[in-house]
Amino acid sequence: MAKAILYDATKCTGCRGCQVACKNWNGLEAVETYNWGSYENPKDLSTQTWLKMRFIEKGGTETDNMRWLFARQSCMHCTDAACVKVCPTGALHIRTDGFVALDKDKCTNCGYCVEFCPFSIPRLDASLISGIGDKATKCTACTTAGLNRIDNGYQPACVNTCPTGALTFGDRETLLSAAQDKVAALKSNSHPNAYLYGENEVGGTHVLYILDDTPKAYGLIEDPKVPAAATAWQDIIKPLGYGIVGVVGLGLILNIMVARARIISREEK
Amino acid sequence: MTNHWIDLRNSDRIMIIGSNAAENHPISFKWVTAAKERGAKLISVDPRFTRTSSKADIYAPMRSGCDITFIGGMIRYILDDMQKSSPSERAEKYNMTYVTQYTNAALIINNSFEGALESTHPGLFGGYTASKNGTPGILGSYNKSTWNYADSTTPASDPALVNNTWTAWEDLDSKCVLRLLWENYKDYTPEKVEEITGCPKDKFLEVAQTYAESGAPGKAGTIMYAMGTTQHTYGTQNIRGYAILQLLLGNIGIAGGGINALRGTSNVQGSTDMCLLSHILPGYLQVPIHTDQSLDDYIARAKKGKDFITPQGLAGDKSASWWWYNDADPNYKKYLVSMLKAWYGDNATAANDFGFNYLPKVTSGDDYTHIGTFEAVAAGIVKGMLVWGQNPAVGGPDSEGERKALEKLDWLVVSDLFETETAAFWKRGGANPGSINTEVFLLPAACSYEKQGSISNSGRWAQWRWKALEPIGQAKPDLEIVDELALKLKELYTSEGGEFPEAITKLFWDFREGAAEADPNIAAKEFNGYDWTTKTALTSFGNLKSDGSTCSGNWLYCGMFDANGNNKAKQHDPVDKSLNQIGLYSGWTWCWPINRRIIYNRASVDLDGEPWDKDHPVIKWTGSITKWAGDIADGGWNPINLSAEGAKYLPFIMHREGVGRIWGDGRAEGPLPVAYEPWESPLETNLLTGVEDTEANGTPGFNDPCCYIGKMEMDGQVWNERGTPDNYPYVGMTYRLTEHWQAGQMTRNLPWLIELQPQPIAELDPVLASQKGIESGDIVEVSTARGSIDAVAIVTKRFQPLTIGGKTVHHVGVPWHWGYTGQCTGISPNGSSGNVLTPHVGDANTTIPEYKTFLCNIKYVRKGGE
Repeated sequence: MAKAILYDATKCTGCRGCQVACKNWNGLEAVETYNWGSYENPKDLSTQTWLKMRFIEKGGTETDNMRWLFARQSCMHCTDAACVKVCPTGALHIRTDGFVALDKDKCTNCGYCVEFCPFSIPRLDASLISGIGDKATKCTACTTAGLNRIDNGYQPACVNTCPTGALTFGDRETLLSAAQDKVAALKSNSHPNAYLYGENEVGGTHVLYILDDTPKAYGLIEDPKVPAAATAWQDIIKPLGYGIVGVVGLGLILNIMVARARIISREEK
Repeated sequence: MTNHWIDLRNSDRIMIIGSNAAENHPISFKWVTAAKERGAKLISVDPRFTRTSSKADIYAPMRSGCDITFIGGMIRYILDDMQKSSPSERAEKYNMTYVTQYTNAALIINNSFEGALESTHPGLFGGYTASKNGTPGILGSYNKSTWNYADSTTPASDPALVNNTWTAWEDLDSKCVLRLLWENYKDYTPEKVEEITGCPKDKFLEVAQTYAESGAPGKAGTIMYAMGTTQHTYGTQNIRGYAILQLLLGNIGIAGGGINALRGTSNVQGSTDMCLLSHILPGYLQVPIHTDQSLDDYIARAKKGKDFITPQGLAGDKSASWWWYNDADPNYKKYLVSMLKAWYGDNATAANDFGFNYLPKVTSGDDYTHIGTFEAVAAGIVKGMLVWGQNPAVGGPDSEGERKALEKLDWLVVSDLFETETAAFWKRGGANPGSINTEVFLLPAACSYEKQGSISNSGRWAQWRWKALEPIGQAKPDLEIVDELALKLKELYTSEGGEFPEAITKLFWDFREGAAEADPNIAAKEFNGYDWTTKTALTSFGNLKSDGSTCSGNWLYCGMFDANGNNKAKQHDPVDKSLNQIGLYSGWTWCWPINRRIIYNRASVDLDGEPWDKDHPVIKWTGSITKWAGDIADGGWNPINLSAEGAKYLPFIMHREGVGRIWGDGRAEGPLPVAYEPWESPLETNLLTGVEDTEANGTPGFNDPCCYIGKMEMDGQVWNERGTPDNYPYVGMTYRLTEHWQAGQMTRNLPWLIELQPQPIAELDPVLASQKGIESGDIVEVSTARGSIDAVAIVTKRFQPLTIGGKTVHHVGVPWHWGYTGQCTGISPNGSSGNVLTPHVGDANTTIPEYKTFLCNIKYVRKGGE
């Protein structure tokens, strides 16, 4: 049965209990930070920060009421997961419940997941040559081996700690239906742009967002796409590659793809 | 809280004012969110747009310190609406039965009472005397003799109001409470509210109308407040304003209603109950004063002016006046004697007034609160100090002054988890350790997970916590530290004597019962109380006696144990057995009094005992045999209409008039709140009364006329200067962040939390920032007449300039968490503690410091960054 995490932004107070609970459960270190003129910190995801809350200020003018929006930034657990497609070793894989899990023992620090994720989520700071440092990291929906909450009957740590019920965990179908109702109610109640993010994006994601405004207002990527190169890699080149081990050209193609993906991601930014 | 956390979900209208509940009480939003899911409307009134405001249906900005104007405006709106509505409309929109039968709205006040607007000094009631010119201390005081009912024991009521036949104010007696309320607030028009508070008139009216809708019978509105309300020179009057509003709307005693003080730490409620404050003994009994030479003196003084009052012309005709219930042998005395028995045991006998004279007595007129205590330290009167669960070098007002005062001590004992700023005051930035002679002891205390005991939450629930871990190092639970200290003192006073040794040597002190260490379970049984002879636990304060046969350390907690000695604070029945499952969860731990989850709940039913709100019944009368169902009824008497003449008990059982007090004569500054300006105000005149700021001449000017102006003078230097708008043009305020806790020791030593909020901040609006050349992330200096701190600027539209009386007023906000010890310290050598900025002035009734409003300046210092 497909599972999901539902994030209801209308119930989130930005307390960031989820952000700390994630570090606590997964044994992640505190990052050295400084205040950069915002409540938001750390500034970005890292190998030690798999989930962070973004704080967005809108309005505050005579015609536009002040709003302070909070948005979760973490793995979306895509059904059509680019990172899984490009992972050459199967370290990243999709579980039967739909969450994108990570087996670090199989990770070779290639960095393709970092390059191809349409949401720019995975992080890695290991050297490709020496392998020293952290391998690819991202939220595993608390399915990491040895720290697996899900298979032991618990909800993810972030959901467990959420004081307001902004985060819930359960069957995707059930959550989706509840979220559809909530979004419909928001639309008819002075939030015409309300949106259920993740319902259809990249094949439907296993983290769903109830938004009372557009994804853009929440700083989310509108219409995220799995890069064509990632699809090509999984469907064509990878099977081929297994057959022709040692072909130098493969590496070259990959390099081109990585470079292209970098250019695309720069253009998007 | 009159109600409790879960009950917030039953509310239809939630007004959060003087509180930033989403950030400082995150779990409260579980229930606020649940209410919103049911369709409740959330209103946030705050000078700044907070995480609470981000979830609100209506956000109303307000200049810091203007609660009375804002709430007074709401009271005016409601009264105006009541008057303009026809009697039948009025009864639909407002619960007029509640207003007239359950409050003192209809009662007639002393004819000589002189209102604040008609007084010779506008804003002052008649009978005021200012203190001596220019001297710090209390600005003045009132002769309250005209604040009582016209007939002091059997006050009349206005029949036109009670029968709901009035249409014009002139139809009501000119001294009836509701009419006086109108007279007091009639000038608080929406236009005035805008002019004074800066809240746009339309926004204010939206708030007033939306919240007033909770006045309809069967609807509920709740007010959630915290330190943003209390920490003003007129903080108590701010809360009085809420009480009046809630009584007018019939919101006290009902599910989803109440006045809900969100306590600042997990056991503030418990420590208040147990007499953390200097003016009370456990269970809110008065502290003895120096003229109480005997138990009888004490009781007579406590009872003075507390005669039973029987309102006339109401359906109810009897007030329980619980403290003095049963004239011959009043509860007050039973509670005090039982407390003395718990403290002095066999040494408390009828012959020695049960040890009454062993109790310390305060000198009437002296200030023993935080402010007064530190001023006594500064003056060299107090020579030694125990600091426990507190960090005044960060949390106290005018922190640099208080830090300086600590240098005057001979000895200082700090018991804490870490070396706090208070323990390290002698090595703070700018101090010269060589010239400080204070001997400092730091006792390592166990943290909450390393000890067991009860904590009482804001909803008055006493909840038992068990020990999860052994304390690390030499750390000990607080009870063990106190126990060792007390036993050693007993030993020393016994062997060496000293000043008045009996107060210590006569103590009954046995929290070990033969074990090696003190046991909180023994302490719990003692404050619950037991029969002195049989040692059987008592199950209700109704069992307490004034003859020394019972002991109870705190009458309010009597009933926490059952007759078998089981501690109900340990029970965890997760099933909600309340009527319609309104969330009382009465089997989950225990709450005072006698597990009554919503106090004043007899006001939740009509005169026949039927709930006003059929969907959310707190209690319900089920007949003469089965009596009340639901919560523990506030007094088990029959409903008013089903009782015999002379026994129709009114619902507010602690009050001597039996009804809720819209009019209240107990406060220092008057029976009704009047708008004053903070000690440091950006204005030159009170825009309501036209009274000018003339504090310098020794009159109250536009300040609270009875507030406390501190005097911190050491070595010829004044540490509590008052700033003026020409030097300090902006309104400063302090607050907390979700990510840090109080004075910061528990969070500034946790890397995951330091990561979230790594540095002290100062928040300001973009207009002011642009004037000052400040950008987000810059290091700025915020200064007041007391001192200055460096912080990182956050320039944000969450702060907006307000137009006050035609003048633009900017706010600057500073969290007060930072200091100079621990893993995460401030930017300036003084630790960037927000309270370096705050003044040593206090509320007229409680002396709580005015942390929330002061005058400041701000300037760019340098670029911030990594």
